[in-house]
Amino acid sequence: MADDHHSHDHDHGSELSEMQLRVRALESILTAKGYVDPAALDQIVEACETKIGPHNGARIVARAWVDPDFKKRLLQDATEAANSLGYVSPVGAHLIALENTPKTHHMVVCTLCSCYPWEVLGLPPVWYKSAPYRSRAVMDPKGILAEFGAKLPSETEIRIWDSTAETRFLVVPMRPEGTDGWSEEQLAQLVTRDSMVGTGLPKSPAEIAGEAGTKP
Amino acid sequence: MSNTIHDMGGMHGFGPVEPEPNEPVFHAEWEGRVLAMQRAMGYTRLWSIDGGRASMETLPPLTYLGSSYYRRWFLGLEKRLVAHGLVGEDEIAAGKSLRAGRGLNRKLTPADVPNTIRRGNYERPAPAAARFKVSDRVKTRNINPETHTRLPRYARGKLGTIEVVRGCHVYPDTAAIGAGDDPQWLYTVVFSGRELWGEAADPSISVSIEAFEPYLEPA
Repeated sequence: MADDHHSHDHDHGSELSEMQLRVRALESILTAKGYVDPAALDQIVEACETKIGPHNGARIVARAWVDPDFKKRLLQDATEAANSLGYVSPVGAHLIALENTPKTHHMVVCTLCSCYPWEVLGLPPVWYKSAPYRSRAVMDPKGILAEFGAKLPSETEIRIWDSTAETRFLVVPMRPEGTDGWSEEQLAQLVTRDSMVGTGLPKSPAEIAGEAGTKP
Repeated sequence: MSNTIHDMGGMHGFGPVEPEPNEPVFHAEWEGRVLAMQRAMGYTRLWSIDGGRASMETLPPLTYLGSSYYRRWFLGLEKRLVAHGLVGEDEIAAGKSLRAGRGLNRKLTPADVPNTIRRGNYERPAPAAARFKVSDRVKTRNINPETHTRLPRYARGKLGTIEVVRGCHVYPDTAAIGAGDDPQWLYTVVFSGRELWGEAADPSISVSIEAFEPYLEPA
């Protein structure tokens, strides 16, 4: 029972085919009864795969790094601030931005299910929905940060946000050093999904340079 | 239900967190279909978001733990469709529709999809003034309802501080059982790690929950 995904994998491939059959059967029942329109289902899947995702959150964070007025608005009302940009997928009610500082590092979890800011980060990864993360984040966040390879100064306080209501949280990580004069688009390349959940840190300019260098 | 297997905060024994590099959005085609069916049926407003959560929380514990996220969604959806008389158990067993469907209030069309991807608003007009204000010390109630609640076990009977007043929101505990929105004030309440986990806990850790007013009493 290491995590959800593993148990699913370990169901010896038969779960996949069994689930495929059961899900297809249910969709055919719901369609025959006139409850769902398969074309609408197709669009939902497509939106999940293309429109929502961490590219939205990365643009919001990058803008906050270059525009102090925007950052102020973001911390006051993240839904309003995100929608004001016009270039991120529309964000619904009660998005809350949490600013990391040298004093405090924020980390987000949902111990009761898997609440996650879909519009700005996409669908949650398997680890976020898994029993190890949901059980340990509120008790052993430093252990989790270590597993993610995120190193924080020992004096940094860790604040965990358990998403127990319909408020949703977006961590605004600290801007990496060595990025003076970078454009919003360049900065967005440094903002990882995990840095906006609080289990990771943004990439450094050196990491980006390394990635570019390894491209064929 | 309240004290069921979904309430995992502070449990031991599940092992390390294992991120998957370059994880796809869906690991199999059926996962996307389950998500889409869930959204489309949720659009009919026959149940609330917390009614949906409750149907998964009440899966047998071994089924819950032994199922992937989307398998839980599927099992919860099947259960809800049957409970609301939308699909018969005989139809689930047969794998096909055996009768005409009943009428729905509304049905999701492709044109509606963009609005369902955007989150709904759960804030409601306040029926009364907020009982607590920022910096108030509060104690979470020790409640153990047999029905759905969003007060995790690890945060019951604990001393905390109101950090933010979030407005008045749909109350999950009533919405989940079809007893209406019953709007309640919502607060961010922060606890020290030591209050939650004891004197051996790391003093540099604090944890907050989003707590509805009925979960709280003055401290």
